[in-house]
Amino acid sequence: MTADTVARAAATPDQPQPWAELGLSHDEYERIRTLLGRRPTSCELAMYSVMWSEHCSYKSSRVHLRRFADLPAETPVGKLLAGIGENAGVVDIGQGYAITFKIESHNHPSYVEPYQGAATGVGGIVRDILAMGARPVAIMDSLRFGPLDAPDTARVLPGVVAGVGGYGNCLGLPNIGGEVVFDVSYAGNPLVNALCIGVMRHEQLHLAKASGEGNRVILYGARTGGDGIGGVSVLASETFHDEGGPTKRPSVQVGDPFLEKLLIECTLELFAEGLVTGIQDLGGAGLSCATSELAGAGDGGMRIDLDAVPLRDSSLVPEEILMSESQERMMAVVEPVGVERFLQICGKWAVDAAVIGEVTGTGRLVVSWYGQRVVDVLPRTVASEGPIYERPYARPAAQDALGADRAEDLPRPTSGPELRASLLRLVGSPQLADRSWVTDQYDRYVRGNTVLAQPENAGVLRVDEDTGLGIAVATDGNAGFTALDPYAGTQLALAEAYRNVAVVGARPVAVTNCLNFGSPQDPGVMWQFERATAGLADGCRALGIPVTGGNVSFYNQTAQTPILPTPVVGVLGVLDDVTARVPSGFAVAGQLIHLLGNTHEELSGSVWAAVIHDHLGGSPPRVDLSGEQALAELLRHAGRDGLIAAAHDLSDGGLAQALVESCVRYGLGAQIRLPEELDPFIALFSESAGRVIVAVPPGAEVRFTDLCTARGLAHQVIGAVDVAGPDAALDILGQFTVPVQELRRVWTATLPAALM
Amino acid sequence: MRIGVVTFPGSLDDVDALRAVRLAAGEAVSLWHGDADLHAVDAVVLPGGFSYGDYLRCGAIARFAPVMGEVVVAAEQGLPVLGICNGFQILCESHLLPGALIRNDHRKFSCRDQRLRVERSTTAWTAAYEPGQQIVIPLKNGEGGYVADGTTLAMLEAEGRVVLRYVGGNPNGSVAAIAGISNARGNVVGVMPHPEHAVEELCGPSTDGLGFFTSVLARALAG
Repeated sequence: MTADTVARAAATPDQPQPWAELGLSHDEYERIRTLLGRRPTSCELAMYSVMWSEHCSYKSSRVHLRRFADLPAETPVGKLLAGIGENAGVVDIGQGYAITFKIESHNHPSYVEPYQGAATGVGGIVRDILAMGARPVAIMDSLRFGPLDAPDTARVLPGVVAGVGGYGNCLGLPNIGGEVVFDVSYAGNPLVNALCIGVMRHEQLHLAKASGEGNRVILYGARTGGDGIGGVSVLASETFHDEGGPTKRPSVQVGDPFLEKLLIECTLELFAEGLVTGIQDLGGAGLSCATSELAGAGDGGMRIDLDAVPLRDSSLVPEEILMSESQERMMAVVEPVGVERFLQICGKWAVDAAVIGEVTGTGRLVVSWYGQRVVDVLPRTVASEGPIYERPYARPAAQDALGADRAEDLPRPTSGPELRASLLRLVGSPQLADRSWVTDQYDRYVRGNTVLAQPENAGVLRVDEDTGLGIAVATDGNAGFTALDPYAGTQLALAEAYRNVAVVGARPVAVTNCLNFGSPQDPGVMWQFERATAGLADGCRALGIPVTGGNVSFYNQTAQTPILPTPVVGVLGVLDDVTARVPSGFAVAGQLIHLLGNTHEELSGSVWAAVIHDHLGGSPPRVDLSGEQALAELLRHAGRDGLIAAAHDLSDGGLAQALVESCVRYGLGAQIRLPEELDPFIALFSESAGRVIVAVPPGAEVRFTDLCTARGLAHQVIGAVDVAGPDAALDILGQFTVPVQELRRVWTATLPAALM
Repeated sequence: MRIGVVTFPGSLDDVDALRAVRLAAGEAVSLWHGDADLHAVDAVVLPGGFSYGDYLRCGAIARFAPVMGEVVVAAEQGLPVLGICNGFQILCESHLLPGALIRNDHRKFSCRDQRLRVERSTTAWTAAYEPGQQIVIPLKNGEGGYVADGTTLAMLEAEGRVVLRYVGGNPNGSVAAIAGISNARGNVVGVMPHPEHAVEELCGPSTDGLGFFTSVLARALAG
């Protein structure tokens, strides 16, 4: 078995290499040659090409993401224990606990093979969380598809949902929330963003670095196979196989959630026994990534014997072993004295493990295959010192026309019956209809700590059974608003997730984000990206919460048409007493309904404009982050003191949709007197930010009103919760009445009718 | 009273079952699939999950686990055994209970708060309920459709061995809306829904599931 060795590369400088097929530019290839002082071996070329890809290197986004790293590394409740650059950020939530959470995309694989693409997306983010030293405790998923009635949606959506469910359910992780969005811009490029939350004690924090000369490098979990090799098979087949030789393997990975469950329990036991000095999960770029990142972040070098890697397919060549994205694998750095016990624990869980190398003092990453040296590089040049591009960006010329085309100028309903008809159209629209066709396929109960899950405003988990410490997480994105104004639209997504966490009674403390955009080589897209990152960074600074990590997904487009810019923002909140959580549904007749916050005439980018007029134009709602902060503080105090029985965020669909969902939840009605100073249409369908409705128990009225007044928060009583039963109705006094049963029927019919 | 909860590779609701035992004031004991020893427990719970990944057929591998040999012998001698979801599937595969669980008729995994009627309250696990009592506890599975041949079905009904029945619509195509059954003696019970997820107001739709655990503890105390 002969390989393209370092010696051979030095002796044959002019051998042509398939750098272009591997996605490298000529400049990048030349840079690799300069770094090495020779041509790369084919293994090195494979490693650089995949590690310098946009996906791994963030080469187009990094100059903008620095804004997040510049934010103070503190949350309102403590320090960031790990931040951007680690597998996932880690937040101190008090009582010795820390939370790690992160959201990541798996968009393109989910379009090619919806079930496995989505499943392995969940698997990947769960391993990121595990690698920090935490027990994964919940997942969420933020999904975007083409129109509900598009033929391809019927292919992609059921597969993605079954994949998220199939993998997550089998891992025993409750799915506690997320989003499902339909828009034509995702028809050829769905978005699958998966979020995972992990809990650990402070002292359990682990980092991805290899230190301690002589420490062993152990690869454990699944055997390495030919899945997910992608572009590298170009190289392998050119170099090693005859034309028309072995078939190209599929580049979407295949997941085995059962093995991942074993990997989780096995890894947590390894942590508990203190056997791990450094750890990294294997995801994109497989061994190339894990070895170069562990060695690059460490204080020495690393030696790896590729022939020691347990293989599922013995015909794999070294380039393929380095590149394989076989799932359910982890790499640990272990002191020699701990190796035997490490292997024992792996044996208990029936997890394959092999010592494949060791930490050295050379500062270099050296990879051998049957005694032949096939890689000899400075690890940082592969892992973290890739190219960085300042891509040109420019505000698209069409942006002015888009902004001038205001939804406020569209024809609107004027009478009670017209308002009623509009409300029912919105309630049954794919944008707002009940999501339980999706969420009922997810286990929300496993582990027994789920306090709130979909369709609530945020997912809420109990962290400690004795003290009642808990957390809340919400994810939100509004691509329409972001298209109209990327800066404001991203802040609106942040504000909504922040508000959703506050509505359940939690104090918002930290942010993760997944930035889904088109091609960075399109200056218009890059302008959207630049504005979005600026908006998010400025927004977080204003709210006093850090960005703890995240993910960028570029090249989301069909031919030359990019998706709507879609930053998805996840916010983590903390509840000191999780039993004080506030649910969303009206549950007790007679409670007064208060509207908090100010309503303006803001219809551009609204669900009303999209559903009734198929319209996107104008300016998004104004952002008032200090108002959001004041609202959040009020909600937290009122929730803690038991002054609110139910609360619902106002966002998509405005007040109308919030009332509908609050009534439908437990089948109670409501009598509503819309504010007199507002046009009833504006009052119902405007999507002004910074608003919530709350239901206040009779005994708490005075204290709640005093609290709002003392804090200077706009508030008014708009009605009362009415009785349950067959006669329950949402009664907009002086305008129209809709029975709650009819609301439920319309709201729940849409997804099943399209997807059965 | 000691109640054991078996962890197979791929068990998921073992932590929940252990918690439910504790909340019912029992002593929760973890049992390991590879350990052919019941450690002198007074009852055993086979929890939900996907034992061994359930890639072959749900419960088909788990029945061969070393601990199951002990469970089968003890169950035949009267030890109370409760199989929940995957545990019910394992009890069927082990022939401690008749029939089988197949893929839901709608072919999707389904998680919902399920209304049920307690048909038999004379088993080791349901004595705390009134006959005919309706309860709401979570149901979550992909393969929860109970099937049995006509003779078996007639026998189960005639002997009053249907323990739980779905109310308000059949969620998965189970014959006769059967959600749970027992053996003739009433010490072995298999149920598809998850009583261990309905033991606290904070984290479940109700506390209706606690009765399964208090039932077996009361029985053990009574000797």
